[in-house]
Amino acid sequence: MAPEQVAGGAAAAAVLVLGTVLALVLRRRSGRFRAARSRGVVSAADEAAEGLRLTAEDIGAPLGERATLLQFSTAFCQPCRATRRVLAEAGALVPGVAHVEIDAESHLGLVRRLGILRTPTVLVLDARGAISTRASGQPRKADVIAALGRAVQ
Amino acid sequence: MKVDPRGQRFAAAITTVVLAAVLVSASPWLLALQAVVFAVGAGAGVRHSPYGLLYARFVRPRLAPPGELEDAAPPRFAQAVGLAFSLVGLAGYLFVGAWLGIAATAAALLAAFLNAAFGFCLGCEVYLGVRRLLPAGRAA
Repeated sequence: MAPEQVAGGAAAAAVLVLGTVLALVLRRRSGRFRAARSRGVVSAADEAAEGLRLTAEDIGAPLGERATLLQFSTAFCQPCRATRRVLAEAGALVPGVAHVEIDAESHLGLVRRLGILRTPTVLVLDARGAISTRASGQPRKADVIAALGRAVQ
Repeated sequence: MKVDPRGQRFAAAITTVVLAAVLVSASPWLLALQAVVFAVGAGAGVRHSPYGLLYARFVRPRLAPPGELEDAAPPRFAQAVGLAFSLVGLAGYLFVGAWLGIAATAAALLAAFLNAAFGFCLGCEVYLGVRRLLPAGRAA
């Protein structure tokens, strides 16, 4: 075998092994909600300054009375459609929850401010618009309901 | 337009085998064939790519109707990403050096393998990341 064939075969084997590891890690992390940051004593002004608190103006739609499920999507996003359905179903179970979907591409300023890298990314906002928790990747319905439970407290 | 997601997995599986064969054989011609398949998928839509036609002709008639259809835009975008990588790979094998051919083909293989084995669309995932790096454009 020529050297480039040996190197190519080794590269193929490495890609299959690394790809499997990568996929398992991504699958584990995908859709898990994590706290936006530790809940210290932060004034409302500080929160707004850091972009942690969103207004109706930011998201282009009124905030939910008790909580808002904010979904960032793009046109080239496979799990966004399924995520939309999960959020709609979970949101319907809790009164006073709004579901807002934003096209990430036409809100790049907001995307950068919030450090959003993947779609779908789901933010759970409380009644004041403060980010309670977030998840990237398609979340499970039970996790969304649990996250809403924490946000409306 | 909607497509059968199982057709995407099928096409990605064939792509995985072809790209692995390209790496093992170091054959630019096989990579050129795969580049043509990517180009048709990106240009005309994945249903019209050769692997999509194979699926529609030989596999789908043997399966139950799909439980859910998928938007055609994400896989089409991924085909365009695959085309870009295979063109770089071709340039590598033919003109620059086998190292570039191997690197670009390996990257395309990773994307195809993740899609075939795990239903994970790497091209779609990097889309927003790439878009963020570009000038604000029509950012609000």
